[in-house]
Amino acid sequence: MSEGPDKTAFEQRLQAAEGAAKGPVRESAAKQAGSAQRALALAMRLGVELVAAMVIAVVIGWGLDKLFHTKPWLMIAMVPVGMAAGIRNLVRASGKPDKR
Amino acid sequence: MAAGSIDALGQFKLTAGLGPIGRAVNFTNSNEAMLGAAIVIVAIFAIGLQARALVPGRMQALVELLYEFVRNMCVDTIGEEGLRYFPLVFTLFAFILLGNLIGLFPYFFAFTSHIAVTLTLAMFVFLFSTGVGFYTHGFRFFKFFVPEGVPGWLLPLLVPIEIISYLSRPVSLSVRLFANMTAGHVMWEVFAGFMLLLTASLGIYGAFASVVPLGLNVALAALELLVAGLQAYVFAILTCLYLHDAVHMH
Repeated sequence: MSEGPDKTAFEQRLQAAEGAAKGPVRESAAKQAGSAQRALALAMRLGVELVAAMVIAVVIGWGLDKLFHTKPWLMIAMVPVGMAAGIRNLVRASGKPDKR
Repeated sequence: MAAGSIDALGQFKLTAGLGPIGRAVNFTNSNEAMLGAAIVIVAIFAIGLQARALVPGRMQALVELLYEFVRNMCVDTIGEEGLRYFPLVFTLFAFILLGNLIGLFPYFFAFTSHIAVTLTLAMFVFLFSTGVGFYTHGFRFFKFFVPEGVPGWLLPLLVPIEIISYLSRPVSLSVRLFANMTAGHVMWEVFAGFMLLLTASLGIYGAFASVVPLGLNVALAALELLVAGLQAYVFAILTCLYLHDAVHMH
């Protein structure tokens, strides 16, 4: 009859041992150091992300203009699309890292 | 250049490396630096892993730190499947980090300050992650460009935006690394040029005044060290992010 309580005690000890093996304290410390690093890395990214989408959009528009001989129009039409894509990049970059 | 203008971009000129043999096969000083970076990283690992002690010495600790840092980055960002791509991410990280660091030394060439190099690396990452996406999901990977929960009439507007956002990845990846490295080296050169100009035009007073640009250069050296590490980290973590998108599709 004393098997029941013994078993729960064993489970508890097993859980404690597993927790110790995982080392939860070290992990949280590493996460904290990583967050400052991540913030700095993010700050470096944002500006370029915005511009890169714009550049790609304008280049695509320019290429299509050359293809269809519609000189400025497709390039102009691509500018708002490029701006939207840049904002999309920013939103994606600054979103929660685990919920992207 | 003592009394003339400041030649800030001359340091990025490609010259022949490795003597007459290098000149014959167009082996440049940039290739020399790449080879140097590869040799240094392999040597660090070969030396550091010789001991294989349970309590690591300095070199072994350095190697283990690097390894675990990139490994955690892979697992945290991509997920458990990330270990499959760990060799790629680690190679990129180590190569770029060593390239940036080697470039910081006087008389050494910073090969990451050339867009040809960074764009090649970025295009490789881009094409590889796209390939992984199509390999894992087949043609369902095209759904990556169709945002979920959006009314149908908005799709003609949103799909081009998503595609452009996707295509802008190699550009932002390469331009960031190239611009950061180039800007840092140009600033160094400009401040060093100030010192020469001041001494040439103001004599002994100029020599005293050139302490200011010298101090700025010392401060810049610290900043450049940070940027060198950070840009390698950013390149590696973005590689992980793109692989995450390719594997998980959201």
